[in-house]
Amino acid sequence: MILDPKIPSGPVEGKWDRHRFEMKLVNPANKRRFDVIVVGSGLAGGSAAATLAELGYQVQCFCYQDSARRAHSIAAQGGINAAKNYQNDGDSIWRLFYDTVKGGDFRSREANVHRLAQVSVNIIDQCVAQGVPFAREYGGMLDNRSFGGAQVSRTFYARGQTGQQLMLGTYQALSRQVAAGKVQMVPRTEMLDLVVIGGRARGIVTRDMVSGEIRSWSADAVVLATGGYSNVFFLSTNATGCNATAIWRAHRRGALFANPCYTQIHPTCIPQHGDYQSKLTLMSESLRNDGRIWVPIKQGDARIATEIPETERDYYLERRYPACGNLVPRDIASRAAKIVCDDGKGVGHGGRGVYLDFSDAIQRLGRPAIEQKYGNLFEMYERITGENPYEVPMRIYPAPHYTMGGLWVDYNLMSTIEGLYVIGEANFSDHGANRLGASALMQGLADGYFVLPYTIGDYLARHMGEERIAADHAGCREVEQEVSERIQRLLSTTGKRTVDSLHRELGHICWEQCGMSRNAHGLQEAIGQIQALREEYWDSVTVPGSGEELNQSLEKAGRVADYFELAELMCRDALHREESCGTHFREEYQTPEGEALRDDKHYSYVAAWEFGGSGGEPVLHKEPLEFDNVPPTQRSYK
Amino acid sequence: MRLTLHVWRQKNHDAQGRFVTYSMADASPAMSFLELLDVLNEQLTERGEEPIAFEHDCREGICGSCGVMINGRAHGPEKGTATCQLHMRKFKDGEVIRVEPWRSKAFPVIKDLVVDRAPFDKIVQAGGFISVNAGGAPEANLIPIPKPTAEKAMDAAECIGCGACVAQCPNGAAQLFTAAKVSHLALLPQGQPERTRRVQKMVDEMESYFGSCTNFQECEAVCPKGISIEFIARMNRDYLRGSI
Repeated sequence: MILDPKIPSGPVEGKWDRHRFEMKLVNPANKRRFDVIVVGSGLAGGSAAATLAELGYQVQCFCYQDSARRAHSIAAQGGINAAKNYQNDGDSIWRLFYDTVKGGDFRSREANVHRLAQVSVNIIDQCVAQGVPFAREYGGMLDNRSFGGAQVSRTFYARGQTGQQLMLGTYQALSRQVAAGKVQMVPRTEMLDLVVIGGRARGIVTRDMVSGEIRSWSADAVVLATGGYSNVFFLSTNATGCNATAIWRAHRRGALFANPCYTQIHPTCIPQHGDYQSKLTLMSESLRNDGRIWVPIKQGDARIATEIPETERDYYLERRYPACGNLVPRDIASRAAKIVCDDGKGVGHGGRGVYLDFSDAIQRLGRPAIEQKYGNLFEMYERITGENPYEVPMRIYPAPHYTMGGLWVDYNLMSTIEGLYVIGEANFSDHGANRLGASALMQGLADGYFVLPYTIGDYLARHMGEERIAADHAGCREVEQEVSERIQRLLSTTGKRTVDSLHRELGHICWEQCGMSRNAHGLQEAIGQIQALREEYWDSVTVPGSGEELNQSLEKAGRVADYFELAELMCRDALHREESCGTHFREEYQTPEGEALRDDKHYSYVAAWEFGGSGGEPVLHKEPLEFDNVPPTQRSYK
Repeated sequence: MRLTLHVWRQKNHDAQGRFVTYSMADASPAMSFLELLDVLNEQLTERGEEPIAFEHDCREGICGSCGVMINGRAHGPEKGTATCQLHMRKFKDGEVIRVEPWRSKAFPVIKDLVVDRAPFDKIVQAGGFISVNAGGAPEANLIPIPKPTAEKAMDAAECIGCGACVAQCPNGAAQLFTAAKVSHLALLPQGQPERTRRVQKMVDEMESYFGSCTNFQECEAVCPKGISIEFIARMNRDYLRGSI
């Protein structure tokens, strides 16, 4: 298989405009003849479903939640980037492009990233027109802040609830199309497999989560917008329902999975406090703008934070990275926290935490100013931990947050299965080996509002007039049968262990061996452990209840079964990539100062894995990466 | 902590529901309320019993999925807090806790603590949006919006659509939910062209499912986002203005 990214020729800044002109169009009167399935209703899925319907296509949109408004995009706090240059501080499309390629540690595709930066400005216009109440200045203009270490203020925000407000914007647009009869919204329904007929994606098989009904839906194209796979770690900042089943099932049907080892561990989360814990909560990294991160210099220092004098504190980020200080990129901040905790200087439960201290900022700016900026985050912290961050420093620790890896897509966002598009976090395309803060919302909406609606038209136009597949086609029935058998197998297990207990164990293996730092020995060990646990899973798990009702244990059981396979691929990818880049830190490959050491000569490519059959070895395909505009350098934040 | 839980169990919409009593010997004050249910569910599953179905997703108080009546109060005793953000340190050792689903005719029980809140989606579909297609938007800074206005719109827009307002209301009214969406859009210049039509359609849709508001104000008291009933007055004013 030769991977063709289909990147248009010519200078990077003109690629998208020319491509838009060269793509085929579907006549307005013909658009309603096409059915498009969109799986997921978050920022990417919701915006794509609404926009495709506005264009005239018939859309069926699926989500596992009870309403399209609840997808996990809603939890994003910090903001959304756009190259508006409203602050006159030197921002431009080129700078956002440059920062994103560099931030991704030169493992993303230049052409995609440039397009992302280009359409970022349209996103803000669109959201404001929809009524997204972004923060404003007294003069009535939109406010911006610097975020995640950016040298310019290009982040738009709505209190600490930017994701929620953008999400409500897409939900409203989607609701309008539901009312217009252009979108059929199918909530409480989970995609359990993909229907591929004649090499093309022609539909999906779903389970109605209330009645348990298994059925097929056919369409002319299928769009997956099902988010990332951080929940493979069990504890992550993702919603408990977030899962990788849709993309993993598509992978098993022939979609290549790219860069699974690029998983982002977010530096500012509330540390774990007990074994019963179900998830980790993120604190917006905007807190790093004013908070100072430190640990006691002395190992195992049991004094409370306020009793440790200035001279006995190590502000390790400010010490190691004088230029960027507390605002270094996420991967660097996370790894630095792990290093000090591994060294026995961590604070709180199990010594897995570092302080994020606002006392200087409160002294400098006054408490009201801090309340204005971070009030709701401080309240949330206090609700969860019972501690008041105005008086004692917050404790934070890194947690899995976002996955840059995902299904491989070409420039048109089409996977290696014809007619299967993948957008948002579910694809791999724009963030390389590390995503910059406030760029996830940007990518989700860019894909859904401004990229996919063009590129999918080109595909559909080429299939105009072809015979359609009905939902009772033999190809659909076959997949339904497989899905039903798998459910039966899960329900007929006779073990004693709960799904969660096994998932927790899997997560622990991934976190220890394939988390913030990795090495060959650990990864090999992890692969063996995951395989053994997977064998055990099918023998030892218990799934109460039946398949013909709301059965949350059954839902989880299917998702976790897929995580076992995905976890192994993640470790294999991490093992094969014998370099450090972005979030992928291999202990064997580091500079004398302990920074990531890339090997551009051998690893400047996208690793796209082909499913090797159950129990078989996955096959590696490579898409070489070329950097004509942003020459690779070693990232330096000193 | 030792706790006694009386939990509403109901096999499905048509089945008869009842309270079932569970004793928990090992709750921790640092647990969230949903983690308490997780631990109980693990124990039930290990004993071969069916776990309690309850709705949850983000567990950060923002998605609006979760929500149960705890001792008769939507989302429990802590003000401004969704069930997932409620922690057991707010309860006393030995306490008896009654856990029920939202009780409203418009929100039928699906199973145990899970209810169907689809009418909320219908209200938004009736007009809770600004009709603008992707691609047709003017430059974002073209229309300045005074900061206080944007802040006020944001106060309303914070609604997470959990349904606590309806569950707590003696009339089962959805005024607070509807008013939050109506006000969010009516406050902004972008929302003006459809302002009257929007409020009329949304209120009419709301009234086909829910009871009427008689100013009990219990909705505001339990709203995890502290949405003010001032927005209900605003909605009523807009509705009236459109009717004359």
